[in-house]
This record gives sequence, C-alpha cells and structure tokens, in this order.
Amino acid sequence: MTKSININSIAQRESALILENEKICLEVKNLNLSYGDKQALKNIDMRIPEKRVTAYIGPSGCGKSTLLRCFNRMNDLVDSVKIQGEILLDGQNIFDNSVNVADLRRRVGMVFQKPNPFPKSIYENVAYGLRIQGIKNRRILDEVVEKSLKGAALWDEVKDRLRDNALGLSGGQQQRLVIARAIAIEPEVLLLDEPASALDPISTLKIEELINELKSDYTIIIVTHNMQQAARVSDYTAFMYLGELIEFGETSTLFTNPSKKQTEDYITGRYG
Amino acid sequence: MKTKNWWKSGDPWIWLTASAVTISIVVVAALLILIAVRGLGHFWPSPIMEAQYTEADGSTIRLIGEIYDEETVPAARLRDSGISVKGDWVTRYLLKTGNRHLLGLDFRWILASQLQNKKYPKDLIVVERREWGNFYGYLKSIKENGKVISTGETAWAELHKRLKRALGIQEQIHHIQKYDIGDINYKLERLRLYQRRLELDNELTANKQAEIAATKAELNARFQALNQKLEELYKSINRDSFTAEIMDGRIAEIPLAKVVHVNRPNAMSLFDKIGFYLMKAWEFLSEEPREANTEGGIFPAIFGTIVMVLLMSIIVTPIGVIAAIYLHEYAKQGIFTTTIRIAVNNLAGVPSIVYGVFGLGFFVYFIGGNIDQIFFPEALPAPTFGSPGLLWASLILALLTVPVVIVSTEEGLSRIPSSIREGSLALGATKAETLWRTVLPMASPAMMTGLILAIARAAGEVAPLMLVGVVKLAPSLPVDFQYPFLHLERQFMHLGFHIYDVGFQSPNVEAARPLVYATAFLLVAVIVVLNLAAIWIRNHLREKYKALETA
Repeated sequence: MTKSININSIAQRESALILENEKICLEVKNLNLSYGDKQALKNIDMRIPEKRVTAYIGPSGCGKSTLLRCFNRMNDLVDSVKIQGEILLDGQNIFDNSVNVADLRRRVGMVFQKPNPFPKSIYENVAYGLRIQGIKNRRILDEVVEKSLKGAALWDEVKDRLRDNALGLSGGQQQRLVIARAIAIEPEVLLLDEPASALDPISTLKIEELINELKSDYTIIIVTHNMQQAARVSDYTAFMYLGELIEFGETSTLFTNPSKKQTEDYITGRYG
Repeated sequence: MKTKNWWKSGDPWIWLTASAVTISIVVVAALLILIAVRGLGHFWPSPIMEAQYTEADGSTIRLIGEIYDEETVPAARLRDSGISVKGDWVTRYLLKTGNRHLLGLDFRWILASQLQNKKYPKDLIVVERREWGNFYGYLKSIKENGKVISTGETAWAELHKRLKRALGIQEQIHHIQKYDIGDINYKLERLRLYQRRLELDNELTANKQAEIAATKAELNARFQALNQKLEELYKSINRDSFTAEIMDGRIAEIPLAKVVHVNRPNAMSLFDKIGFYLMKAWEFLSEEPREANTEGGIFPAIFGTIVMVLLMSIIVTPIGVIAAIYLHEYAKQGIFTTTIRIAVNNLAGVPSIVYGVFGLGFFVYFIGGNIDQIFFPEALPAPTFGSPGLLWASLILALLTVPVVIVSTEEGLSRIPSSIREGSLALGATKAETLWRTVLPMASPAMMTGLILAIARAAGEVAPLMLVGVVKLAPSLPVDFQYPFLHLERQFMHLGFHIYDVGFQSPNVEAARPLVYATAFLLVAVIVVLNLAAIWIRNHLREKYKALETA
C-alpha cells in the first residue's frame, strides 16, 4: 500500500461537504457487537448521509467489515453474535423484532469482496432478486436486466451473451455483474465490502468510476483497505481502530487535517 | 548403497501403489471375462458328436451328445473310485446326452481314451423341448394323427413346416391363458372382493347382488367360450408328432406340441450359427423361465430387478435429501446432531439380512398387517400387503441405502461456498428461497452421487429380499395392463436371487451352470446400465452448476 496521499488532489474537490447539512440515511446509535466473549465493535455512534459515498478505513480486524455487515444484518448468520444498540434506517431500528430481515436486505444491498455470481446465466443472475419477489413478467424482467447492466456499466460487454453462464466472465466483469444484481432490486443503500480488492488495476478503476456514477441514486457505504481508493471515491470517511470509531468526517478534512493522532498515524503510514 | 538410493528415490513406493492398482484391475477384469465367456458361450450351438465308447466291462455302446466340459484328473483319483485306467493323468469329458425321459440322466462323464470313431453327422438333430430338456437323435418320420406321412430327407423340411404351425398355435394358447383368462380371473377376484366389502359394510342389497351375479355370469360365459377355444387349440396342436432314433437304438415319439426348437447344429454354417446365437440370446432376455428356471429366459427377473431399483430410488432420494438438508441446514449443530451423524454412518454398516428380518417383522407383519385390517378387510384372511412384496422390498432397500444418500448430500451441501449463500441472502432471499433456488441445484450432483452409490448397493443385494418379497417364480409381473398397473403388493423375481436359485436349488445342476454365469453377467450389466444412467445425469448437472471449482 502506498503510504502517502496526494493531498492536493483531495483539496481541489469541488464543493465543500458539511456533514451537519446532509440528509441522514442511516444512524448508528451506541452499537456494541461481540462474537462470544470477543468484543468486535465498541460504542459506535455515527450518522451516514444519504446519496453520498461513505468509506470505512482502518487496519485489518478493526471491525469495519463487521460494522458494514450490521447494516443488512448479515451478522445474523453467525451463531455466537451478540448485538446491543440501534441502527436506524429511516427512523426505524433495523434490529427491531418487527423488521423482516429479507425486506431489510432488499432495501440495503450488498456486494462482497470476492465476486460471487450464481452458477446461472448472466440474465438470471441479474433477475434473481426480482424472481425472489415473485416477478415473472418477461417484459419487466428484460427491462430491469438491461437497466441494471447498463447501470453497472456492463451492458455493452454482455448484451449479446445474456444466456451464457456468468462464471465465464472475467473477475472485474463478475464484480460489476454482482453490482448489477444488487441494484436490480433498487435498494436504498448499497454496501460494498472491499469490492475491488480481488481485481486488477483496470477493473478497479472501472468499479471506482461506477461508484461515482451510482452515488446519485444510492447511499453507498464502502469498506476499503486502500486509502487512495477511499480518498478517490468517498465523500465521507470513517477511520476505525480496534472496534472503535476514531474519527468520522469529510474525506478531504480527514485526509488533510485529521483531528486525532491515531488517524494521522494511520494515514501517514506509521502503522496499519 | 545402491539399494539404499533406490529405496530413497521413492521408486519402490510407486511400484507398490501401481501394483495395487494392477491387482485390482486384473481381478475385476478376470471376473468379468470369466462370467462373460462362460455365460455368453452358452447360447452358441455346439456340435453334436456320435462315437463308439468302450465301457469298463468291455462292451461297446454308441454315444450321441455334446461335449460340455473337459478336464484332466489324476488317474489315482479315478482308480480310488473303482474305475480302471492307465497312466498318471486322464482326460475325461462331460457329455450331455440329453433325452432325460429315456435315459434317466442327461449328463455323464466319459474317458477320452475309450472313445473311438468320433464323427459329427450332419443329420443329427437337437430338439429343445418344453419339458425333459434337450433331445438328441436321428429324425425318422413325421406323423399326423398317428399316421406316418413323411420319412427320409423330406421329413426335415416337413418337420420345420409343421413346427411353425404348432408354435403358432402354442402362441395363441399362451395368449389366451395368460391374458384373456388371466384377465377374467383378475376381474372375478375383484368382483368377489367387491361383494365381500359390500357385505362387510352392510350395503349388499338385493339390487347389487343381482348386478354382481349378472357380471359374474357374463364373465363365466366368456370363460367357458375361451375354454372351449382352448380345447380346440389343444386338439389341433396335438395333431402332429415325429419319431426319432436315439443313441441306444430305441425309437422315441415326440409330439410337436412339446417342441420349442429343432435344429441340426452339425449342418449349420457360421452364418446360421450366429443367427441361432442371437435368437437364443434374445430368448434369454425376453422370455419367461421354464423347467424350474433351468431353461428359457429370465425376463421377469430383469424386469423385477429394475422396477425394484427404480422404486427404491424414488423412495430413498427424497427421504435422504430432506434428512440431509435438515441435518446440515436447519438443525443446531451440537452433540445431538453429531450423535445422529454417527448413527447414520453406522446404519450403513448393518448387515443387510438384519434389515431383512426387521422388514419382515415390522413392515410386512406389523404395518402390512394393519394396512390389510384397515384398507383390505374384504380380502382377509388372505393378506394383501401383509405378505412379502415389491413395496416392502423396495422400502427395505431404501432404508438400507438411505445413509449413503444422506452422507453424500451433506457433503455436497457443505462444499457450497458460503459466499454463494450470502449473495442470495443479501438480495433479500429467505433461507428457504436460497436453498431452493441456489443451494440445492448446486448440490444436486452430490445427491446423484449418493443415488449412484445407493443403486450400486441395492441392485446387488439379495439376502434381505429373500425375506421380504423375492420369489423363485412369480406368476405375473409387478407392472401390467390391469388397474392399478403397478402392483406394489405382488411378489417378484430378482436376478440376484435367480442366480442363487438356479445355481443351488436347481434339480439339474449341470444344465443350470451356464445359466448362472449368464444371469450373473446380466446382473452386472443391469447394474452398470443403471449406474451409467445416473452418472450421465450427474455429469449433466455438474456441467450446469460448475461453480464449485471456480468459486
């Protein structure tokens, strides 16, 4: 990882963003999470703005992926997990008993670190979420598949082979397919868990461009190891360390003028 | 030093492993070749020998027959049993002389050294009969209603012509007996059961009684008509007979009604022989057994085996797969599930006869008996499901093989990467939807593997079947054109049991021996075909869901 950041490029970004003025999409309130005896998240409090890209950075094992997986309750799959606190989506606590997990995941989509297309055709991969919702109408499906693939900047590459197995695509194409699959059900929030870490530089670039385009329609939360990537794609950045949220603010401020010593140490490469 | 280096190089290890593979292949190949050669050779028409033979007391007799087997034995052994021979080793032949009804025995051992004037006359005939085994001799004359109408060279052509007619009539008789009369009997039996049921339900009104009586009268009338027709056919089939001279010079008269084939193997060209071979092989595959299973075909056994295995597959797959899904996907993993897994694995090791005993006690007597009480009271005291039958045999085999399916399915489920499950869940699918749409299709090749192993085990299983449904000779197939078409309560025939029966329970061991090989070969072939079908399906599924390698 490159340890230095090109500060100028960040400072030059057009408008100054101010967190206080943003419309809030997700609000994390005093969140504690432990796997058995091991506490993975400690007292997290933060407000994630709507239709912006929020990045989580931090060293391995700091809890950023765990936090991301709280937003669509993927941690439910782990038997030993214990969660305290609240995450409000549009004012409703997602951990509430009345919340249907499947509905929540429809509203909060997720893309994983390694591309995980289903062993089906490209078309069926994108249509999967709709089929789950019981939509069978051919016209609607065709339309959504095209729109989603275009939205994920993959349409031109695959439009002639929609019936081919998705596993025949390259890694970068697979990852964009997975993004298309996620946006096909029109979620409000898109969680990206190190979406480019398994890809080559050119595919990474494409994904980053895509994130930039998607943020006009979706609230995007991205976890990344790559600080340059965070600096390039995000509006707001959160730095986490050992399960705690150390600092959260506008990306330009956080990288140019961090308020905490730990943040500065991390982004200047003193540890991490 | 050199040995040490050779040892260190690892070569001995390669040789050791390679030889283990070689031994396995050689053993399997030898087994298959042995049963194939012994079994398939049986249908080839062997030449019929005529020769002079000097008996131990010095008298000379004429022998006619086919040489069935040849062996070289120590002379001392023969001397011990009172046969005087010279030298150290003696070659002797097993001669099939046929004509059991005249000679008493149709096989005898003869010493090669006592044979003179071996020849293979072209006009020796072999007659395959419906009873008493083969007949060997010289054709003398053809008789119609006891009067000689043809002798000499023309007799052979005449025999063929008249045999064709007799076989045609025989076919008609068989059809009437098996299908027309069988159908009437079946209907009469159902009528009786219907009447009995009405009686038990107190609904047997005079009206219904009259109805039943009318139907019965109609069926009986049809039966009488058929019977009359049968009598005519019998009269007509018994018109012709032929006479022939056997090896001791006696003349035998044989009615054509009892003949299946006549031929002159010594006069056959290679082409004729191939034709004969194929005809015999087809007969073996497609016809019913005769003469306590030592002659004829084994079609009912092939059919029974396949129906039973298919039925078992239909029962075992859903049970095994569903159990595996629960164990792997839903059950909380802990000591309890581990215990269940160990129990399931051990279940696969229980000797199959134990399942047979259990099946007889629990399924046949307890469940079957109760089913009869509740659903078939009209047939009592004759059991319907309370006796061994196809359903119970299939169920027992399903029980026997369910561990294999559970274990392979679970393995398949655990091989599916969690990223695929998460991907589906993250799109708003519930766990059940994820299972149905993604996980189970991807695990289907593993399920097929389980089914393949189950079939391989079940098709070869004989011991439990002897207790719960297989018989030496079943009067009818478990599937036919009479409602309800699949008769689960019927007893059936099975290739594995057929091998045992023909080989060890047969009254005529020598005649039956090639059939044992042929049946064994066929059993192997049936299992291979069933397995290949399952493997083909599995490969097809693998191709479709080949994610496992890349993900």
